[in-house]
Amino acid sequence: MSSIALPRLRTRDQRESLRPFALATPLLLLLFFSFGAPIAALLSRAVYEPTIANALPRAIAALKQDSGAGVPDEPVFLAFAADLKEAQAQGSVQEFAKSLNTRLSGARSQVLRIARNAGQEQATSKEAMIKASPLLGEPRFWAAIREGANRFTSFFLLSAFDLRWTDQGTIGAVPADQAVFVRVFGRTFLIATVVTLSTLALAFPLAYLMTNLRPAIAGIVLVLVLLPFWTSILVRTAAWTVILQKYGLLNDLLLWLGLTSQRLELMYSRTGLIIAMTHIQLPFTLLPIYSVMRSVPPSQLRAAQSLGAQPFTAFWRVYLPQVMPGVLAGCLLTFILCLGYYITPVLIGGASDQLISNFIANYVNAELNWEMAAALSFVLLASTLGLYVTMTRFFGLDLFKMG
Amino acid sequence: MNGLRRTTLLGLAGAALIFQPQTAGAEELTVMATGGAWQAALHQAWFEPFAKKTGIKFNEQEYTGELGKIKAMVETGNVPIDLVTVETSTVLQGCDAGVLIHLDYSKIADRSKFLPGTALDCGVGIDVYGDVLAYDTTVLKEAPTSVLDIFDTKKFPGKRAMRKAPAQNLEWALMADGVPIADVYKVLGTPEGVDRAFNKLDTIKNDIVWWDAGAQPPQLLASKEVVMTTAWNGRIQSAIDHDNRPFAIVWNDQIVEYDMIAIPKGAKNLDLAYKYLAYAAEPEVSAQLGRYIPYGPVLADATPFVPKDVLPKLPTAPDHMKTYLVGDVEFWGDNGEDLVKRFNAWLAQ
Amino acid sequence: MLLSPYPTAAERMRVGALWVWCVLVLVFLVVPIFVPVPLSFNSGSFFTFPLAGLSTRWYEVVLGTDRWRAAIGNSLLIGFGATILATVLGTLTAIGLSDPKFPARRFVVPLLISPLIVPVVVTAVGTYLFYARVGLANTYAGIILAHTVLASPFVVVTVGASLTGFDRNLMRATSILGAKPMTGFFRVMLPLILPGVLSGAAFAFVTSFDEVVVVQFLANASQRTLPLEMFTGLREQLSPAITAAATLMMGLSILLLIVANLLARRSRRIAGAVQE
Repeated sequence: MSSIALPRLRTRDQRESLRPFALATPLLLLLFFSFGAPIAALLSRAVYEPTIANALPRAIAALKQDSGAGVPDEPVFLAFAADLKEAQAQGSVQEFAKSLNTRLSGARSQVLRIARNAGQEQATSKEAMIKASPLLGEPRFWAAIREGANRFTSFFLLSAFDLRWTDQGTIGAVPADQAVFVRVFGRTFLIATVVTLSTLALAFPLAYLMTNLRPAIAGIVLVLVLLPFWTSILVRTAAWTVILQKYGLLNDLLLWLGLTSQRLELMYSRTGLIIAMTHIQLPFTLLPIYSVMRSVPPSQLRAAQSLGAQPFTAFWRVYLPQVMPGVLAGCLLTFILCLGYYITPVLIGGASDQLISNFIANYVNAELNWEMAAALSFVLLASTLGLYVTMTRFFGLDLFKMG
Repeated sequence: MNGLRRTTLLGLAGAALIFQPQTAGAEELTVMATGGAWQAALHQAWFEPFAKKTGIKFNEQEYTGELGKIKAMVETGNVPIDLVTVETSTVLQGCDAGVLIHLDYSKIADRSKFLPGTALDCGVGIDVYGDVLAYDTTVLKEAPTSVLDIFDTKKFPGKRAMRKAPAQNLEWALMADGVPIADVYKVLGTPEGVDRAFNKLDTIKNDIVWWDAGAQPPQLLASKEVVMTTAWNGRIQSAIDHDNRPFAIVWNDQIVEYDMIAIPKGAKNLDLAYKYLAYAAEPEVSAQLGRYIPYGPVLADATPFVPKDVLPKLPTAPDHMKTYLVGDVEFWGDNGEDLVKRFNAWLAQ
Repeated sequence: MLLSPYPTAAERMRVGALWVWCVLVLVFLVVPIFVPVPLSFNSGSFFTFPLAGLSTRWYEVVLGTDRWRAAIGNSLLIGFGATILATVLGTLTAIGLSDPKFPARRFVVPLLISPLIVPVVVTAVGTYLFYARVGLANTYAGIILAHTVLASPFVVVTVGASLTGFDRNLMRATSILGAKPMTGFFRVMLPLILPGVLSGAAFAFVTSFDEVVVVQFLANASQRTLPLEMFTGLREQLSPAITAAATLMMGLSILLLIVANLLARRSRRIAGAVQE
């Protein structure tokens, strides 16, 4: 009998070694084709920006012939005018002007003026062109052109760190009044951390209580926890506005209870933002913790205590390690989701509480500068994934490492 | 058996429905606007009468007023939109990014009949609105007399709201700092002028609540979160007219702005789109919008056609045009990206 | 159950403090949700207390206009479509990943969770550029697939977490006892990981049901969803109609949750029977 059964077992084993990957294949394929590849293509714009190079074939060729740095000689100017004339005819001159303006503020209108003049055969000499558009007589204009001649650029990634190439060819800080992104990244991670910890402090005891309630009551509590889920973030944000505003419910309550003597400014403040985000994220932290806690028999804690362990020791040494995967999953989920917030900061946060996604959305939708948006997204993605890997390495814990 | 087949058929029909992109028919014009009461007014004033007159149906869509989606459409070469309403600064962005086509005014109307700054290369004006100051008359006992009073925290203490953008605020800051209206953009074009504007904003920074969506200013007044706010005049007027709110509008030193309509690159019904633009550029037609929302026409010849009871509510009413500034599109096209960045850096300090 | 049979005073104190804390947390969680309910009966058009007067005008707007009705229908269709797809694909993936023999997990997991990290507006543009080329833009299928991508990480993470407590020997035991893999999955594994699967599904549904940015790019006028309806109106008017819609949705969700709860209890009984 065993001689018949054994081969059957072996084939099943072989099939089982392939099965895990086969199970994940459909989702991986979907993710790769409809998410991974298109996003990678979009993010590549952070380093590939050919607009200037495409618009100025003659001028760039002439620049290579030109003697040195600084303002080039007459032939380059004439080639530049010819390029602009053609771009004007093709209707692409504005795209070039916008692209250059990103690197050199104020260049846009001067370039457009030269293009118009070139179209009317008015730009015939270096002198005339500089007279029409003084910016052309400055070295920084040609530095920007030389930089843009390279289709592959580090400009946007450097900008994401508030850095730039200086005139001396070294990397330096952008002027202080243009430095935004480092601070915004820092703020985004800080707020995400605070919100994550707040949700944990609220969710962990509640999840613990829920696992110890009678199933019927636990079910009701679960309904209450899930309820906020079904109301749109927009509505919840609006609800928090009603609660937090100066003449809102919370201030009314605090005054009535005599806890405060004057109305607090909670709206448009970081405190208000953190409260609202904590509320929105709480179920995300709670549910994974709860589903793991449910699989830990409560009798274990009691067994540890009856064997003489202090309650705290029993909790710390016996219970916590077992529910840690849930805690990590919940916190990681919340932390990562917090990094992407942008509707709530707009409506509840103050001016200095805007997160990195607000800036990315602005570059995508309003400025139509997808290169900058790609660079910021890339930095966000890379740092979050880096953090994830470090965290899992450091704590030796893996969301998917099964016991 | 029968039941099974019916289920299968239903399933197939459902699948077909799910995978089918809804596309516009032949004599149909797809227009994308920013929704709400404003789009409803456009519909009543222009889209419906046009459809009635020409038999061309309107397929209306909504969006948030930002061109990211249209840029994506243009990049993929599949543009199911024929017309799109945009703010002036957005027209410039779209023009520069190659998202909007350069309009052929010979197919629309005489370009010189438009108010200055409303017939742009890539967009044609549809209405005039004012960036004004609004307050609750039951909260402020003494009425502000100019938008610039927002900088006077001694006379009008308390929180005040401004739009979270450098445009308009920097202009007002310079005006409040004593720069004559005619020189505002000249001064703002210099680094010292920008510093001066930000320094002026600094004096009230701690008292400012920033709004983002146009629906916020009336809401901020209604909840008494602020004592005064900058706003688009139509929003405040609508709160006064439809919700009986005790709000008032301060017109002195308003900044006049225009809403625009444009054609995205690659639009399929180009001729129909031009036909509509030509229709909307007739003076009598142009004046109709005011009936439904208090925004004025962009054609100089249209004023006589504006209903008499509407005129006093418009930003272009003689009473409201004592001192005003017209927003400079070119300036913001040049300096917008940098000033936005600096503004954000300033906010974060 | 929290107290041992013979509780000490300190133990009573701890449990009492736990109860107080948890009640406060629940109040914090639930009260803001009910704030919109009275506002939805406001006869004025602002979000402020006290109400200007009582009226059902916003319910008439939501239930009486085709736009809102269509938006609710679209949201439910897309939400359920994405939930089913994401739950099935995500659960399979989590089960596959939980196997120690899974190859290159270190590289696969970041890919799986990256839809959470990439700013959603970038996802929206990238997805649009791709879907428009393959003919999926402006289709329900496209939106459902895009939402499946956004929602799948939630399912993978929650199911993955609940699988940590799952003893794989159980599956070996069922297969030795002669059960087919499918039978083993449905009768043994699924009941035990059901809480994880259900909360993953809840996450997935909410992700889709609340999503506005991707829909903005992928949907045309006839596929407008509820959040999109609310969001596009935001620029023009923040009307209490959205609170009426929210109240209706909440009623529906309480109903759904009760049903789900009953189902879960039924499956718990089955799971209990298996474990015994």
